[in-house]
Amino acid sequence: MNSTFRYLTDTKQDQQDMLRYLKKDSIEELFDDLPDEIRLNEALAIPEAISEPILMKKMQRLSGQNTNANNYPFFLGAGTYDHFIPSVVNHIISRSEFYTAYTPYQPEISQGELQAIFEFQTMVCELTGMDVANSSMYDGFTSVAEAAALAVSSTKRSKVLISKAVHPESRSILQTSAAGPGYKVEEIALDQDITDLKELEEKIDPNTAAIIVQYPNFFGSVEDLQEINKIAKEHGALLIVSANPLALALLQSPGKLGADIVVGDMQPLGIPMSFGGPHCGYFAVKKKFMRKIPGRVVGQTEDTKGKRGFTLVLQAREQHIRREKASSNICSNQALNALASAVCMAALGKHGIRKMAQLNIEKADYMAKQLVENGIKVINQAPFFNEFAVELPISAQEVNQKLLEAGFIGGFDLRKEDDRTNQMLIAVTEQRTKEEIDQFVHILGGLQ
Amino acid sequence: MTTTYDSLIFELSQPDRSGVDLPESDVESVDLSDKFPEHLIRETEAELPEISELQLVRHYTALSNKNYGVDNGFYPLGSCTMKYNPKLNEDVARLEGFSRIHPYQPENTVQGALQLLHELQEDLAVISGMAEVTLQPSAGAQGEWTGLMIAKNYHKHNGENRSKVLIPDSAHGTNPASATVAGFDTVTIPSTKDGLVDVAELKKLVDDDTAALMLTNPNTLGLFEKDIVEIAEIVHEAGGLLYYDGANANAILGKTTPGKMGFDIVHLNLHKTFTTPHGGGGPGAGPVGVTEKLIPYLPVPRIKKVQNHYVLDDKEPLSIGRVKGYYGNFGILVRAYTYVRTMGAEGLQQVSESAVLHANYLKKRLETHYESPFPQTCKHEFVLSGSKQKKLGVRTLDIAKRLLDFGYHPPTIYFPLNVEEGLMIEPTETETKETLDGFADTMIQIAKEIEQDPNIVLDAPHTTIIGRLDETKASRKPVLRVPVTTRNLSNNS
Repeated sequence: MNSTFRYLTDTKQDQQDMLRYLKKDSIEELFDDLPDEIRLNEALAIPEAISEPILMKKMQRLSGQNTNANNYPFFLGAGTYDHFIPSVVNHIISRSEFYTAYTPYQPEISQGELQAIFEFQTMVCELTGMDVANSSMYDGFTSVAEAAALAVSSTKRSKVLISKAVHPESRSILQTSAAGPGYKVEEIALDQDITDLKELEEKIDPNTAAIIVQYPNFFGSVEDLQEINKIAKEHGALLIVSANPLALALLQSPGKLGADIVVGDMQPLGIPMSFGGPHCGYFAVKKKFMRKIPGRVVGQTEDTKGKRGFTLVLQAREQHIRREKASSNICSNQALNALASAVCMAALGKHGIRKMAQLNIEKADYMAKQLVENGIKVINQAPFFNEFAVELPISAQEVNQKLLEAGFIGGFDLRKEDDRTNQMLIAVTEQRTKEEIDQFVHILGGLQ
Repeated sequence: MTTTYDSLIFELSQPDRSGVDLPESDVESVDLSDKFPEHLIRETEAELPEISELQLVRHYTALSNKNYGVDNGFYPLGSCTMKYNPKLNEDVARLEGFSRIHPYQPENTVQGALQLLHELQEDLAVISGMAEVTLQPSAGAQGEWTGLMIAKNYHKHNGENRSKVLIPDSAHGTNPASATVAGFDTVTIPSTKDGLVDVAELKKLVDDDTAALMLTNPNTLGLFEKDIVEIAEIVHEAGGLLYYDGANANAILGKTTPGKMGFDIVHLNLHKTFTTPHGGGGPGAGPVGVTEKLIPYLPVPRIKKVQNHYVLDDKEPLSIGRVKGYYGNFGILVRAYTYVRTMGAEGLQQVSESAVLHANYLKKRLETHYESPFPQTCKHEFVLSGSKQKKLGVRTLDIAKRLLDFGYHPPTIYFPLNVEEGLMIEPTETETKETLDGFADTMIQIAKEIEQDPNIVLDAPHTTIIGRLDETKASRKPVLRVPVTTRNLSNNS
């Protein structure tokens, strides 16, 4: 070997020994079965190899071109939030027994991962008020589409209704997904900042498999799940709720309010924003849908000597067994991020998670009041969690530019949503201090 | 490991312990009942564990000690490419300029991130021989579905409603599952005795209703489909598209490309070929590449370079739409980018050469003791059969469990489905010859044990912290969460 790639191990001698054993003269002979016409005759046209110290410098420079939340206070949310992550989280998920392992198909040497996921499933059930949770999905948005697919297959109905107060990315992924099996997706308009229940009543019919809403919704407002569930159940449709798990620390659980499937993203609990991924979808159902849930599920059992142990269960649903008849095609999931959020939830504990949620509510509430006092209109009529929309005198894009110049990352520009020109969605997490909020309000108050 | 640790985290819980200190509020307090209607306020607290930070660390450290990863030892799990996960990649992904940025912050504040994504798109296009790549899919299976939706929209745009996807019997289970999710019917193509696609059968099954053929090359037996050019012609002549499952791309880097072979759509598993960690099941990434004519159908947003500026473009009228939140599993993409930059073209080519050499060497060392249904040269992995051992009353599952006693992760077993008692072995390029020899010696010893004293294999594993689990009971009467009654009962921390 003429180059020293540290991830490769063969010495020249090793290669000669192995080739001699194989009675081959060169490695090239091992590729004799590749027809000539498909061979590459020149090296791949990609940049040359870079040594570790130089590459690290280059990557630091590249990452340094991005404005990050260590240096700028972020008032941007819309599905991804700058929350506090306890130091223990990164230390635990950096243990390579966890992160360099494959899916725990050999339970005897995977009890650590299996138990951690079993505990994660329990925590998700506790927060959502559901009976069964799986081991994770790609993200909250794709989980919405998987939930719709479950509803369509179990109700044998071919239409789903989704509120326009559900995150736009959930809605667009649902549209993409529905085009496969070909079920119909209809959107329910907004009544200001929440789902229009009158339109929901009009659009729901005997062919409706499910109603999908978000809790708190995309605009931060808390939907009345009890009312929505009533409408769903009157028509034999399922209620699917996409919920922020942090908000569930203080809000009534969707399970208690009648939801059949609860999905969402664990990102607010222990997962860095990381430019939108990897995050961690969760998926929880009432017991009657247990055998239809997508993805991997861990269960408790015993070994031959009666000792408690954990293993993957209900695999008869999954693609590697059922192939074309599987309930979903998901294979790889987001296990390591599920572990991160389990560690975060365990660190916060029963009271800590409530305190964190309370801080979010109080800071958002304070900021909204300050903005109103400074002449900025808050659009939300319903109570909101840690996010709310405001009306600005000029475009959100211009405001965000001013904020950036002042050292802030401003809110989400709502102009793409139903032409809400000059509207901005502002997120206030526990990370924001009163001082940061006051400065931000000052800038917005000074616009005219 | 010296002590066994068997507590559930909930069993450590004691009222009023906590693993974090949050600051006190610096703004006015809010009474929930003033803000929310009563029925929307939680009345019973979510029972999360209450433990100190050290208890938390010990709990998870104990769990990690009960887990086996590539860093613990040899992991020849066929089709999964369990190669070394470089530490540099982990550090880079954790740089604050990558981990603490928001997907919706202004484009001009994330030019570094967009540049990285754009360059990775270009590199993966070169490596796969495709015209353009999307990084959105979060896993191989999602890549498959994305690719098939692209095929669907392409045919639809050409006024055709093709309903069938052809899949060899040796394919990964995700292939037929993804085809179903994309709304296609699947047709299985049988393999020949030699383990390759039966071209004569393919000719009979292909017709003007064929949307695509999904193929892994080398296939799941580790064999190169040498008739690939003819296969591509047959499918293309019928108006179908060729889909490349990149699970086995570790065998072909720099040697050939799916583009050269005639494929139209490709997914690559960055958590296999490109060293990003498997994470105990994920997250991964499954970027999809396509040929020129399929570019308009790629998911949005696309990442483009306009002069010296990187932009997100969602204005593509023929696009299948969005398949994943934001721009894919960015943190995973950062790791893969770092790996590609570490290796360069020469390094990547050596990866495949070494992976193939290792597989052939290990295969030959084992062939005298285990049935080898496909004696020809393999690529990066190979499949043996435990049929000889089965006649002696020992099954492949038992052999797998016996390997645990020697500190190895077993190979993939009972896959692909067209091999009796299959053992699918993928050594990867990052292992030393000494490791391969040690594993071969152990496999040979187990074969001898089966002849001389099969009970030692049948009763395996003997050294693990737990014995074989009752999986039937676990699925018949599932316990899928910590029962409410076992919480807070124990105090054995």
